Amino acid sequence: MYGGGNTFEKITATKLEDEDPILLQEFEEKIAKGGKIEPQDWMPALYRKQLTRMIEQHAHSEIIGALPEGTWITRAPGFRRKRAILAKVQDEIGHAQLLYSAAETLGKTREAMINDLVTGKSKYSNIFNYPAYTWADAAVIAWLVDAAAIVNQTANAKGSYGPYSRALDRICIEESFHLKYGHDAVVYLATGTDMQRQMVQEALNRWWKPLMHFFGPPDKQSKHTEILMRWKVKMGTNDEMRNQFMDMYVPKIWELGLDIPDAELGKDEETGIWSFADPDWEEFKRVINGDGPLNKERLAVRKAVENNSEWIRKAILSPESKYVVPLA
Amino acid sequence: MEALKELLFKMADDSLVIGHRMGEWTGIAPMMEEDLAFSSIAQDKLGHANTLYDMLHELGEADADTLGFLRSANEFRNCQFVELPIGDYDFSLVRHFLFDNAEFIRYKHLANSSHEPLAKFARKVIGEVRYHVMHGNAWMKKLGNSHTAEGLERMQQQLNFAFPYALGVFEHSPSENEIKDQGYFVGEDTVKEEWMNTIKSVIAETKLTLPENAEPVTGGRKHEHTEHLSTMLEEMSVTLRLDPSVEW
Repeated sequence: MYGGGNTFEKITATKLEDEDPILLQEFEEKIAKGGKIEPQDWMPALYRKQLTRMIEQHAHSEIIGALPEGTWITRAPGFRRKRAILAKVQDEIGHAQLLYSAAETLGKTREAMINDLVTGKSKYSNIFNYPAYTWADAAVIAWLVDAAAIVNQTANAKGSYGPYSRALDRICIEESFHLKYGHDAVVYLATGTDMQRQMVQEALNRWWKPLMHFFGPPDKQSKHTEILMRWKVKMGTNDEMRNQFMDMYVPKIWELGLDIPDAELGKDEETGIWSFADPDWEEFKRVINGDGPLNKERLAVRKAVENNSEWIRKAILSPESKYVVPLA
Repeated sequence: MEALKELLFKMADDSLVIGHRMGEWTGIAPMMEEDLAFSSIAQDKLGHANTLYDMLHELGEADADTLGFLRSANEFRNCQFVELPIGDYDFSLVRHFLFDNAEFIRYKHLANSSHEPLAKFARKVIGEVRYHVMHGNAWMKKLGNSHTAEGLERMQQQLNFAFPYALGVFEHSPSENEIKDQGYFVGEDTVKEEWMNTIKSVIAETKLTLPENAEPVTGGRKHEHTEHLSTMLEEMSVTLRLDPSVEW
């Protein structure tokens, strides 16, 4: 449930001037015409590098994203919710599996990616470093974090890399179910007892700032963003995606009688642009760099999973087995 | 009627508890593929529990959420095997293998139950449980033929530990005779016999050995449980208990 196209890491670009100009021109023409780039096709080093990071971070965001909601599978209220949240979190793991395979087509193994995740070398979406204190947090995540992800993913599904784009098409279908499930869970709380209303309001208060962070910092049209948008790696700017999310969901939140904790929130009807208070971009940077409420715990869980399962990988790995890059 | 309810309760409680336990792996299973498999099986089990509680509701008991989430541990009739914590993957896999093979045989016989709703349900469920068994057997064979000494040692240890509990699955219910006489179910002894044959044939394809002279760990069918069940139920019901009278 991510797919933002932000990598939050400095790109040390291979100079485009070093690329073969004819191949580069063909590559760009193909993309401009709406063609897809496939694993065996020629691609500039920068494209390969950026996409690998982007898909890898998306995959990491799915498995780390399973953790805050995953803790509520055992505490969901009643059969209907328990079965639904279990299915939902399972989907996220399925998305991770799909995305790691898509990233592998660019030449990096799943093992190497997981290794980079647990050592802190590669990033994942910041939002999953925040805690889910109550059932209402799980409901708000399923509705609004998944909604935010859909905004990103629907845009990026139109991107130029075939395996990623096809993976996103499939993911978006499942995410739209999550959104319905999350919305339903929030509606029950928001229209329930005072206690339930308070629970969901408090959860929204906790998640609003991370949701604004979710789309990344405000646009600064760097040279890279231009190239990446031309190559259809990134399909919309952070501000465009955030604005689209607010346009779709702020009215729906208000409809439920919930307050959004931002006094400056409002829409300019002429431009269609939403204004909002500074969601503390310094905090965003701190969390990206590892100093969020749960960064250490999230990675510790993943590390424990890797350590505890090492014996299984060794036990089933036949000495004759060979690594095969998956075909997307 | 009480005998029928007893049968439905023990099956529903088994399914809920094992479903909850398997769902504890969601998000943290050893490999993504196993995460998906355990999550799928957990969903099936929870679905079975839900349907079986609904069947009890039809017979005059409370609704499924009340039966599943709001009874106390000493009202549960599941076998103790399913309530044990998930431990490492080796234990969870061995339990899944031993338990699901019993489930499969149980549902096969239940397809002929004199209680038509149960027979109908069993015929539907058997297709799902067949996949659970395929998964359990495949992984048992895989890790039971580990390429490493550690793998084999772990699997053997867990098999030794789990087997007496697995035998407890077939503990007779207080109304065992009536359950059989009424034709609700063929009875635990028949299931156990077929189960032993299946387990032996799968284990024979591995480098593992079944422990000999194991004594069944029983009690669950008579409401006797380990401390793990109450801890589990407390966690499971924590949200619903905030206000069980409203919809969530």
